[in-house]
Amino acid sequence: MTEPALLSVEDVSVDLPTPRGNLRAVDRVDLTIGAGRTLGIVGESGCGKTMLSRAILQLLPKKARLSGRVMFDGQDLVRLAPERLRRLRGRSLAVVFQDPMTSLNPVLTIGTQLIETLQEHLELDGNSAKRRSAELLAAVGIPAPEQRLLQYPHQLSGGMRQRVAIAIALSCEPKLLIADEPTTALDVTIQAQILDLLAREQRRRHMAMILITHDLGVVAGRTDEVAVMYAGRVVERAPTPALFKKMRMPYTEALLAAIPKIDAAPHTPLPAISGRPPDPTRPIQGCSFSPRCRYAAGPCYREKPLLAAAESPDHQYACFHPIKAPAGVCA
Amino acid sequence: MASLELSIDGDVAVSPITRASRLGALFWGAIAWMIFVFVAAAFANLLPFSPTDMDMLERRAPASALHWLGTDGLGRDELARLIHGARISLTVGLCAPIIGITIGGALGMLAGYFRGRFESLVVGSMDVLLAFPPLILALAVTAYLGQSILNLTCILGVLGIPAFMRVARAATLTLARREFVIAAQALGATHARILLRELLPNVFLPLFAFFLLGVAVTIVVEGALSFLGLGVPPPVSSWGSMIGEARESLEMAPRLAFIPAITMFLTVLSFNLVGDTLRAFTDPRQGAL
Repeated sequence: MTEPALLSVEDVSVDLPTPRGNLRAVDRVDLTIGAGRTLGIVGESGCGKTMLSRAILQLLPKKARLSGRVMFDGQDLVRLAPERLRRLRGRSLAVVFQDPMTSLNPVLTIGTQLIETLQEHLELDGNSAKRRSAELLAAVGIPAPEQRLLQYPHQLSGGMRQRVAIAIALSCEPKLLIADEPTTALDVTIQAQILDLLAREQRRRHMAMILITHDLGVVAGRTDEVAVMYAGRVVERAPTPALFKKMRMPYTEALLAAIPKIDAAPHTPLPAISGRPPDPTRPIQGCSFSPRCRYAAGPCYREKPLLAAAESPDHQYACFHPIKAPAGVCA
Repeated sequence: MASLELSIDGDVAVSPITRASRLGALFWGAIAWMIFVFVAAAFANLLPFSPTDMDMLERRAPASALHWLGTDGLGRDELARLIHGARISLTVGLCAPIIGITIGGALGMLAGYFRGRFESLVVGSMDVLLAFPPLILALAVTAYLGQSILNLTCILGVLGIPAFMRVARAATLTLARREFVIAAQALGATHARILLRELLPNVFLPLFAFFLLGVAVTIVVEGALSFLGLGVPPPVSSWGSMIGEARESLEMAPRLAFIPAITMFLTVLSFNLVGDTLRAFTDPRQGAL
């Protein structure tokens, strides 16, 4: 990447103490994202995607322990004073959550929620904040924004609420937007609209975006780079076209194979990944994917493969037995 | 593209009036009675009769044009005493829960939001207060500091703190884990802002419903204390002390005990009804989100 990284996550681990022992939710992750770029983070439930996003925002649960560095715009967020971190959030870093049902305050009108955010960060007076709120709602595709400002979240549909949540996140022109499964709680027909909206606003504002999802189909057309996570680790990382052209990690292949295909014959069984993700409180010796991997052999069961670049510096993967042939989706 | 969502549906203009009509006649009856009692208490000074003037020739007189509800055992006008008593009962009944909701609500929200050692301390000390027999405490304090409306209000207020604390803490605990609190933090909100702007409006609804029930309970407790002779000092009347004084003439004129008792019953019932309705009214919306 030629331009300097806006965010670089360096060797970040998150440990959560649980009654059953230490849970390593994120395991030594390195990521970078440049200004105006889009990074997709893909992985199944419980693989540490959300914890990683919380670690970037420094919004981990109180008991969690974080190690490593999160460099944002030249500052280490982990060691930043709470007051400076607070100012940075919202203004430079923003987040859209999975469930718009719970990410908006149920007893405040959406106008109040938007206007107060604007007043807090941009120090606008009441009238201009109100005007700007209406503009923001219009920008995220909400018709009749003035009336909507007076409504409560429960009077809006799920897609509308997510649009409002996006408007709030965009309100202070952040440099980095973290979208944590922004479409998972939404109707399929609305999903594409929300993703298109995010992509459009991102281009317009030249803002970097981290798109977290469990759906490879979501990242395919909308990201510059993809990181695939499994059991808290990044197992494959590549520019999006390269990843889909020749994936190396068997897990990525299995994930892609598990997407239902519209042209498949009816009643074709959906190829699922057998087994379950490893118990994060009991670390596995060797590659975490080895118990479920069809290519696993020899060293896979003894030592952890490291994330390393092979033929091109952009494409990194952690596997002893990478898929050689261009990955067909025939699995 | 977004044509599915483009139309502004009818509920944009749902006014409070259409919702209010679902509340039922009982609710409005309760509201009417509360207004009636409040207005009577507020304008008690305009009454032509004093609640303390005795007429020894007219003791326990039945209802007449002069004394609408008759006179009590000392020849004092029953209606005037009832209305002046409403003042005491409502003052104590409202002020004591206000102490409770302010201190208890603040403590509960702080405990539920910050958790940790502060929460243990607050919950522990409230458990101590709850374990202490309330009537004994009231007896001890009135015996020591003397009988006055202020003392009575303070005791009942302090006794209400643990309950309000628990309601506020329980509500805060569930709300503080919701994503909108994390979203507010992600937007750079301070703790004070999250507590006052994000959590307080949510916690206030259940707390206010509980407040109305607290008013009802306090009126009853104040009546019980006055009945025991520990409430307001005579000759000031409150509903409880009126029932207490009527005990001596229960066989000759039972109405002297029944009239204040019925008034208290109706008032307490009204507060309970309104409190319950408001709680039921706010609950589904909380659940739906």
